[in-house]
Amino acid sequence: MAEQAATQSNDVLRIEGITKSFGAVTALDGVTLHLEKSEVLGLVGSNGAGKSTLVKIITGYYTPDTGRIYVGDQAVEFRSVDEARRHGIETVFQDLALVDELSVFHNLFLNRENTVGGPFRFLNNRRMREEARRYLADIQVNIPSVDVPVEKLSGGQRQAIAVARATRQPGMKILLLDEPLAAMGAREASLIIDLVKNLAREHGVSMLVVDHNYTHIFELCDRINVIEQGQVTLDKRIEDTSLEELTEFMITSYKQQLQDG
Amino acid sequence: MSVIGIALIVFFVIARPAFGTMSNVSTVSSYVAPIMILALAEVSVLTLGEIDLSVGGVYVLAPFIVVYLNDTGVPVILAIIITLLIAIAIGCINGLITVLLKVPSFITTLGTVFALEGIVLLSSNGIQINPAGDGALAQVLGGWDYSSILWALGIAVVLHIMFRRTTFGLHIVATGGNRTAASEAGIRVAVVKVTCFALCSFLGGFLGVLDSYRIGSLNPGTDGLTLMFYGVAAAVIGGTALTGGRGTMIGAAIGAIVLGVLEDGFNIMGINAFAYQLVLGLAILAAMILNIQLDRWRSERRSGSRKKPRKTETARSS
Repeated sequence: MAEQAATQSNDVLRIEGITKSFGAVTALDGVTLHLEKSEVLGLVGSNGAGKSTLVKIITGYYTPDTGRIYVGDQAVEFRSVDEARRHGIETVFQDLALVDELSVFHNLFLNRENTVGGPFRFLNNRRMREEARRYLADIQVNIPSVDVPVEKLSGGQRQAIAVARATRQPGMKILLLDEPLAAMGAREASLIIDLVKNLAREHGVSMLVVDHNYTHIFELCDRINVIEQGQVTLDKRIEDTSLEELTEFMITSYKQQLQDG
Repeated sequence: MSVIGIALIVFFVIARPAFGTMSNVSTVSSYVAPIMILALAEVSVLTLGEIDLSVGGVYVLAPFIVVYLNDTGVPVILAIIITLLIAIAIGCINGLITVLLKVPSFITTLGTVFALEGIVLLSSNGIQINPAGDGALAQVLGGWDYSSILWALGIAVVLHIMFRRTTFGLHIVATGGNRTAASEAGIRVAVVKVTCFALCSFLGGFLGVLDSYRIGSLNPGTDGLTLMFYGVAAAVIGGTALTGGRGTMIGAAIGAIVLGVLEDGFNIMGINAFAYQLVLGLAILAAMILNIQLDRWRSERRSGSRKKPRKTETARSS
């Protein structure tokens, strides 16, 4: 145990031999993967390969049948989403976590407001506005003003605010992004790509990106894991592979599955 | 909205000089104050995307409870405090049924308003009675010509600050705007909702007590439901959305002033009282249509910017 900790101390998340079945259907058949500090790991795989089951296990929505999860060096068992969150695992599902009617800074500070006046809990809007501005500048998110309601922002800007909200959570270590570039134009997408890279490089955030679109994965990630039939079948760094190789690999494994099935 | 209010006041002052006299100011105040307090009460629940129909029932019942308690020997002040606590309890019941049993608040409070009016009729045998207590207390609590309107304005200021400047107000908007997001952020959505129902009901009870001293008698047949709808109308005209997430206390107060001024102005000009109902109806329709059109315009602009990101980006940078 101590040896493992010494050799793999750079991992913020390790998953070993996770299995999960739903009745007769085996969704995960011994998944093993790891996520390093400041790393962006892309998770790809066809529909039903087990991606979303794995994500739901990491976020505490499902409990695995067997296998182990380590956050840092600590073995964990999540029984709820809140428990995963307490270990610093945050998820951004599109921009659903925003309140359209509230300003950018109120969204960023929702339920963690700066207040004055003790029990009356008056909002310290000036301080929140200032801190929101500074934080967004720090992670290089450019929006017209932190005062506008988020409903006035574009899709990419909203997504950026949703990510910023998640990364501002105290103790946040691992961010799960579910199709972060879905339904975005090139300009909007580049906003998010820059944000993800900046968070990883400059702020030490580790990210797990789930996406169907291989181009997006290549733009966002440092490393790719392919999940097929409940197992990780490919684990390569971006510089060691190519879009062609990945596509080829997916087609081959798909044909293999057809023959097996 | 405030422009319309001021325009109406100017119009009536010019058209009928009697409108500007002091005695008429107190008359207008007596029209405005009840609508304003109920409108303010409703804004807190409407912003959640809920509604409280029962506040009219609490309004009618409250002064009767004061009298009943006083009849058993409880001092008037204590009787009023107990009554207000009962009003809060009724609000909590509304809130809990809505939150825990997942009954839509429209139905929950439709049930309680009939039940409450039933309690009034049963307990009073339908007979009109006098309010409990008199003297300074009665003067402060609605007896004096301007006391109701001063209470209403005071409540408006306090609630506006609560709504705009405190975490609780922010959490109301968040809960009404995106319930999932609010609870994901750790806001105890159920607590926020029940508290707002309690606040709404409390204000209904308080207004009932105020009006008992202003009017000087308690009529068990008072139509609380209609008065409640005047409050909702003022809130909606003032810019609060029934769909939740958007509410304004100042808007509700101004909406109430507009309705009160209209009613009084029509009276002074000798226009048929029935015309007031017609104008009220049209005003609500116009305000709602405007609200919805603004919403649609906003969402069109947003989805438009999502479909054509390049175009809006250039537009923004230029």
